[in-house]
Amino acid sequence: MTRFLIRRFFTSLIVILGVVTIVFSVLRAVPGDPVESILGEEALEIDKQALRDCLHLDDSLPKQYALFWQDVANGTLGHLCDERGVTVADKLTAAIPSTIELALAGLLVAILIAFPLGIASALRPYSWVDNSSAVLALLGISIPNFWLGPMLLILFSLVLKTLPNPGSGVTGLTSLILPAITLGTALSAKLTRMLRSSMLEVLGQDYIRTARAKGLQERWVVVKHGLRNAMVPIVTVLGMQLGALLTGAIIVEKVFARAGLGTLLLDGIEARNYMIVQGSVLFIALTYVIVNLLTDLVYGWVDPRIRYD
Amino acid sequence: MTPEKKKFSLGPMAKVGVGIVIAVLLIAIFGPMLAPYDASFVDVTRQLEPPSSTHWLGTDENGADILTHMLIGARVAVIVGISTVGICSTVGIVLGAISGYFGGWVDEIIMRVTEILMAFPGILLAILLVFVTQEPSLLAVIGALSASGWAGYARLVRGQILSERERAYVEAARAMGYPTRRILFRHILPNILAPVIVQATFGIAGAILAEAALSFLGLGPQDSSSWGGLLDQGASYFLLTPHLAIFPGLAIMITVLGVNFLGDGLRDLLDPRFSLRSTDS
Repeated sequence: MTRFLIRRFFTSLIVILGVVTIVFSVLRAVPGDPVESILGEEALEIDKQALRDCLHLDDSLPKQYALFWQDVANGTLGHLCDERGVTVADKLTAAIPSTIELALAGLLVAILIAFPLGIASALRPYSWVDNSSAVLALLGISIPNFWLGPMLLILFSLVLKTLPNPGSGVTGLTSLILPAITLGTALSAKLTRMLRSSMLEVLGQDYIRTARAKGLQERWVVVKHGLRNAMVPIVTVLGMQLGALLTGAIIVEKVFARAGLGTLLLDGIEARNYMIVQGSVLFIALTYVIVNLLTDLVYGWVDPRIRYD
Repeated sequence: MTPEKKKFSLGPMAKVGVGIVIAVLLIAIFGPMLAPYDASFVDVTRQLEPPSSTHWLGTDENGADILTHMLIGARVAVIVGISTVGICSTVGIVLGAISGYFGGWVDEIIMRVTEILMAFPGILLAILLVFVTQEPSLLAVIGALSASGWAGYARLVRGQILSERERAYVEAARAMGYPTRRILFRHILPNILAPVIVQATFGIAGAILAEAALSFLGLGPQDSSSWGGLLDQGASYFLLTPHLAIFPGLAIMITVLGVNFLGDGLRDLLDPRFSLRSTDS
């Protein structure tokens, strides 16, 4: 177990090293002068030089790389060039809560759909419930979220007029419902199928027969003995799906004009703000790596049978 | 149905999938010829019009015909889907085979690289790569999507090779003195191709969705009209003129659904271990 953890920890370090290096080199591989693409060709030479200094473009690549690492290590991810004294981390901190709120709401939607549907399908395999949930799942992963969002908006705020449209300035829970459904649908489809197969496998185990044989109520057989064990593989899947939730959030935030990480990134792209773009991409990728590392650790804790070696 | 017969026939959903895929392919080939208007045609007096007899799917904010641009857009979807998966699976098969067969430090390096690439979830790396190209072309988008896409194939192939490497027929081929390249690609590869084909089919759906997502974010190919781009155009107006968002999105969804249906069917057919009936990834 300890050996596995140490190895897992070191491979994660290598991955982090690689991710930082890729983000650094991709942005330095930009053809042409980034300063001109940001400020335009007619900008004053003094402004261009100031930006060049701020982005350390006149330094050698190894020095830029070292400075980049310094910004990553001290957690600021660098200072913005157009706003004095503001770090990329400040911008990220301001944007993150909204994205976390959206991601958690999306996860909740996915769980609320996937658990009843997945369990029902596993209890009656090949029944109409199971077959329709299979079709629904395929539909769910095929609907692009950038289309589902607009369709929900058209339906609920244009046709039925029950939920606010994002332009109306309404905040709070009602403004979160449609974004959460949009984000959670694809995940709910994947979770449903996973849970179904995981449940089916568990329900065939000897200990389930034992639980039934000792006269335990079917409800408790399913929940305490079945679901609890079926959850084990689901934990890993949820960790890996965090990435899909984060990139999905970029799109959902655009559809619903919500503030957040995605909006920060897209505005940064629009303004060709290198610091913001590299900072948010790096943040999303590193979060994903760390959550996956934690998931692996939790995995051993959820299922004491796993000993890794 | 006899087991023999069942083995070689696709299920009803997969047949629907085949139908959709063929229809999309035909539209991609002949679409521009069927288009009622020229690609550059705009009628500034008729902007944002709902569907009518002259513009079956309505017009956009410039007065261009939506149906025309959707027919042209099918080509982008097909080109992106097929070439991205073509590049990713080829690179992935070669590197995965080398990794799995030789092991050691080569394996270690290739696997670490795939892990680093897979640390960028979804289209994140593609967003970064497209950002630096500034005016992304269709080729740049395909390249950006392929940059991390091969990693999954490499890991799949490596895993398959690891289990196949010790089989008797491989040992026999080695004993015959065949060169390693021949053993890898002529003997082992045909035996492990089934799961790769299944993954590639789902990969086509994934690539089409990814391109559409990039286009929707304004980061798609600037040199051709794609469905995602049409949707992005429509996004600013869709509460006023829903048709701008409905039709391109429907096209994306039906295409992706068709390819996924086909993928599911192929999985049941080629790879009984991963049938929809038992598991789903």
